[in-house]
Amino acid sequence: MPKDIDAKESGIGAATKRREDIRFLSGTGNYTDDINVNGQAYVHFLRSDVAHGRISSLETTAAAAMPGVLRIFTGADFEGVGGLPCGWQVTDRFGEVMQEPAHPVLAQGKVRHVGDPIAAVVAETPEQARDAAEAIELEIEELPAVIDMKAALQDGAPKVHDDLTSNLCYDWGFVEENKDAVNKAFDAAAHVTTLELVNNRLIANPMEPRVAVGDFNRATGDSTLYTTSQNPHVIRLLMGAFVLGIPEHKLRVVAPDVGGGFGSKIFHYAEEAFCTFAAKALNRAVKWTSSRSEAFMSDAHGRDHVTKIELALDADNNFTALRTDTLANMGAYLSTFAPSVPTWLHGTLMAGNYKTPLIYVNVKAVFTNTVPVDAYRGAGRPEATYQLERVIDKAARELGVDPIALRRQNFITEFPYATPVAVEYDTGDYVATMDKLEEIADLAGFAARRAESEKAGKLRGLGVNCYIEACGIAPSNLVGQLGARAGLYESATVRVNATGGIVVMTGSHSHGQGHETSFPQVISSMIGIPEDMVEIEHGDTNNAPMGMGTYGSRSLAVGGSAMVRATEKIIAKAKKIAAHLMEAADADIELKDGKFSVAGTDKSVAWGDVTLAAYVPHNYPLEEIEPGLEETAFYDPANFTYPSGAYACEVEVDPDTGKVTIERFAAADDFGNIVNPMIVDGQVHGGIGQGIGQALLEGCVYDENGQLLSASFMDYAMPRADDVPFYQVDHSCQTPCTHNPLGVKGCGEAGAIGSPPAVVNAVVDALQSAGKPVTHIDMPLSPARVWAAMQG
Amino acid sequence: MTKVTMTVNGKPMTGEVEGRTLLVSFLRETLGLTGTHVGCDTSQCGACVVHVDGAAVKACTMLALEAEGAEVATIEGQAEADGTLNAIQAAFQEHHGLQCGFCTPGMVMSAAALLKDNPKPTEQEVRHYLEGNLCRCTGYHNIVKAIMAASGQDVSAIAAE
Repeated sequence: MPKDIDAKESGIGAATKRREDIRFLSGTGNYTDDINVNGQAYVHFLRSDVAHGRISSLETTAAAAMPGVLRIFTGADFEGVGGLPCGWQVTDRFGEVMQEPAHPVLAQGKVRHVGDPIAAVVAETPEQARDAAEAIELEIEELPAVIDMKAALQDGAPKVHDDLTSNLCYDWGFVEENKDAVNKAFDAAAHVTTLELVNNRLIANPMEPRVAVGDFNRATGDSTLYTTSQNPHVIRLLMGAFVLGIPEHKLRVVAPDVGGGFGSKIFHYAEEAFCTFAAKALNRAVKWTSSRSEAFMSDAHGRDHVTKIELALDADNNFTALRTDTLANMGAYLSTFAPSVPTWLHGTLMAGNYKTPLIYVNVKAVFTNTVPVDAYRGAGRPEATYQLERVIDKAARELGVDPIALRRQNFITEFPYATPVAVEYDTGDYVATMDKLEEIADLAGFAARRAESEKAGKLRGLGVNCYIEACGIAPSNLVGQLGARAGLYESATVRVNATGGIVVMTGSHSHGQGHETSFPQVISSMIGIPEDMVEIEHGDTNNAPMGMGTYGSRSLAVGGSAMVRATEKIIAKAKKIAAHLMEAADADIELKDGKFSVAGTDKSVAWGDVTLAAYVPHNYPLEEIEPGLEETAFYDPANFTYPSGAYACEVEVDPDTGKVTIERFAAADDFGNIVNPMIVDGQVHGGIGQGIGQALLEGCVYDENGQLLSASFMDYAMPRADDVPFYQVDHSCQTPCTHNPLGVKGCGEAGAIGSPPAVVNAVVDALQSAGKPVTHIDMPLSPARVWAAMQG
Repeated sequence: MTKVTMTVNGKPMTGEVEGRTLLVSFLRETLGLTGTHVGCDTSQCGACVVHVDGAAVKACTMLALEAEGAEVATIEGQAEADGTLNAIQAAFQEHHGLQCGFCTPGMVMSAAALLKDNPKPTEQEVRHYLEGNLCRCTGYHNIVKAIMAASGQDVSAIAAE
């Protein structure tokens, strides 16, 4: 990137207002449920209401005769059709590959979680489909269910999958060769702090429920799927290649405006494959719109780890070793990226911001009779951060030292830094973000605020923590070695039109991140043309050549880099055209402010002159280059990016009720370079909101029989406006990424990663300030749990 | 099927509905006004808030037939005829009060109802009023800020954008 660009009014660094807001604010967005295809029919899924059972009878004849019913599909219709594939194969610590069960589109003989789809009724109207589904005569021989992970691993436990040897998906050790050295370091430690904790199961709950519309064109044989996806190309790949056997050129997947994802819309779901399959079978478009109740039992859930972590310190309070054992819930089937979340997205982050020399991570992934669990905002990194930052806090309290000082003492301060868990941090400045946090959170004023709270009969606590994450997912050759069954590059096509306007077709997908605004800012700075001369097309496999989509805070770092590389090719070609127009040497051409000039002369041609010449090549170097101005680039990152930060939370606890209120929340983040600070702050706000939700409110609850008790917004506590405060956020500490052209690191997940430990650390601090011997409370910190902890 | 007639965004509208048809379905499917969204089935999320005879109503909790003869206002009718955003809409854009946009129509309609009754709400009044509107993207920070700004209050002292 040119270094002389400092355009705060527009381009990189400007808080440009979002152009997509106009349609969202005026009710003219185009979400998947707003799409209706002529002649479409509607599907309703009959889902299992038991957690585990054998289908003993499934009689659809009477239901099929009901008004408006076109056809009822069952598992029998999907015999010979592929199951839903898993995109990541983990190898365990003994060198064996994970156990990988079949995941049928519709149940084949057995149901394995409440919500497992059994039959699908397609009818003329949604109401007719629903009515007929109720008329299906279904008998299920209920089998004992396994819900608790420890119970699922016991000998003789009921098996979720009869054809697997047990409910253990894999037993992963990392780094296995370090295990003995880690154990020896623990033997030699001056102090060991141990903490057992639960990272509570969550449900992503983007406000837009999932929708799928399958369509089929008999004349061309082409299938089209409109779907609420974060990565339409990935859905095309998985569904086309592994489930339905449709080649890419006969399958178009469109993800239009998508109402939030947070990970839950990464994965390929049964309903997408069903609608595409049924549209062809019936020669009718088939639409499915999830109800929220259905979403709770069919969207992949998140987190759900049970962990024991141990931290070893020497006599000077230096961290000498870390050891952690985790049970990770996979649910009943392996969702698209599920196996990678507790392993490569979790174990590799266990060094955090600290120079702990020896680390060993063990993760046992477990099948249970629950909804599949997969990536949710942060995906593995929040689980790593939470346990690490909680055990450090506990260690500080045991040792009687200041939690911030203990962290500072152990910070990594020299970069690049190769961790003992396989990754190399390129840049960071953890001292700077902690200094900034202390300033913006006014930590110096905490004692006075605590005194005020105490006067009001409240306990006030301060919790601080750091985080590191690995974003910009991911180098393909590395993840290939780790078990990924796909590359994780991104592509962009930059099309310059004759009159100078630009359309960028990107494989990144925007579902709230504002790419339609921020991506043009980058090109505006590179070429020197107004932002509104650039449009972003995304969400359609017929546009960008390929795409891995948006998750893992990767859009700007990977998709933006692909766009930069394609734009660099555009500029290089445009300079050749400009050189021809001005009869100068290519090497003497400079591009600035949308104008090409010959170095050392006053000769220049405008951007539009060059783009016009490319398409009206009357005076053009036709013997050297082709007409036209369109370039494509694929960008495969050389490393992950490593955003980091320090967060502080102040809470008040009502000692009579246990109710926790968030009084102050501050976040100092290092995201490297920033393209649109307004959007970055919004991403952090949203992440903090979700993190506070996890810490105080949200929890997915199953009973012992596998009934999902938290299956509606009546039962699952989403954070509301009066549960959270204004947040103080700062991103002025910037250590640019060294290996992508924009120097950006990614900001989408930070808030959700960094905030839960801050909240819990703060509540423990509050209770200890009142002399309560409380060292840990599992999330969510409901009034009942906090009150019970206070009673000892 | 029963005929129902109401005024929507100032225009008379008529359609045939079943007794069980919800107002939100009538707006979205019969009239094609898809700006009003459905985010839940328990009347919790507020993505479907519209105004019926001037009051904020969750359109998923009202039957279309109950709105017979009513004046209904939806997000599509909030901007000027030339597309100029109203003060609340403009404040949401100015203060980045939306991300994915799905909760936004309900938020804007709720905010309008709030400001009609309480032209200068405090932060806590805004937060309390929005209890029936869920947003998963923004952490509510910029929504609250935008609504306070739309009410004419100075929000420059509020923590960073």
